[in-house]
Amino acid sequence: MATTIEAPRSPYSRAPRSRGINWEKWGWMYMRASGLVLVVLIFGHLIVNLVLGDGIKAIDFAFVGGKWSNPFWQVWDCLMLWLAMIHGANGMRTLVNDYASHRTTRGILKGALLFSVIVLITLGTLVIFTFDPCPAGAPADLLASFCSAS
Amino acid sequence: MSRTETGTHAPGSLAPTGKRPQGTLYRGREGMWSWVLHRITGIAIFFFLLVHILDTALVRVAPEAYNAVMSTYKNPIMGLGETALVGAIAFHAYNGIRIILIDFWTKGPKYQKVMFYVVIGLWVVTMAGFVPRHLINVFSEMGH
Repeated sequence: MATTIEAPRSPYSRAPRSRGINWEKWGWMYMRASGLVLVVLIFGHLIVNLVLGDGIKAIDFAFVGGKWSNPFWQVWDCLMLWLAMIHGANGMRTLVNDYASHRTTRGILKGALLFSVIVLITLGTLVIFTFDPCPAGAPADLLASFCSAS
Repeated sequence: MSRTETGTHAPGSLAPTGKRPQGTLYRGREGMWSWVLHRITGIAIFFFLLVHILDTALVRVAPEAYNAVMSTYKNPIMGLGETALVGAIAFHAYNGIRIILIDFWTKGPKYQKVMFYVVIGLWVVTMAGFVPRHLINVFSEMGH
């Protein structure tokens, strides 16, 4: 089989890509796009929960009940959950690729990352949308004030 | 004080475009340390996120269960941990914007060093606003 020798000084060209989606490129784009959105979502989350009012002192079941009885905060927190978990896990995947030198170790660690992403996103989404701010039988003083209003 | 000197000379030495040695963005000094900090803060935030989703999920168990765990977050030692967490988030956020500017803004690589100090400046301002506010909340909760 004859080997073709390129003319000297011909520009470097990458081997033609195999067909299919360039996942690494879209992962790279995702980190930047989701990062920008997460700056807004997380700074908003921190300001509302830790800075305004009594800050962390005010956080209890009734506080969460008040927030998640509003679809605005349900969507906010759900978006934050999905974007942050995928952003974080993809970042951890980069670290695993960089620092885990054995193929098996990388496989185990990346499998654990995928597992935790699927479990926690599912759990978190279910919690946000099946949450009852006024559970029956709970002491009224632990619940949001609107629970006893009716 | 070579650091300060290089800092003041940086804009001048950067001025002739195309004269800088290539491939120095991530080797040593600001470029490398911002990268190191971005990784460390990213890992810390990721593991907190795992815990935070689980602790928040306790609202689905019982109001008492959620409140019990939240009361541990109001402990002063945890309060210092939350301060460190917010510090990590603020750095990761501002440096992330710096990375986006390096990647997409034509002059980004040229100003990466300046932008690193802008990141540090914004971080200091953010923490100066947040830390007193949060620590007062945490320490006034003591004994409750």
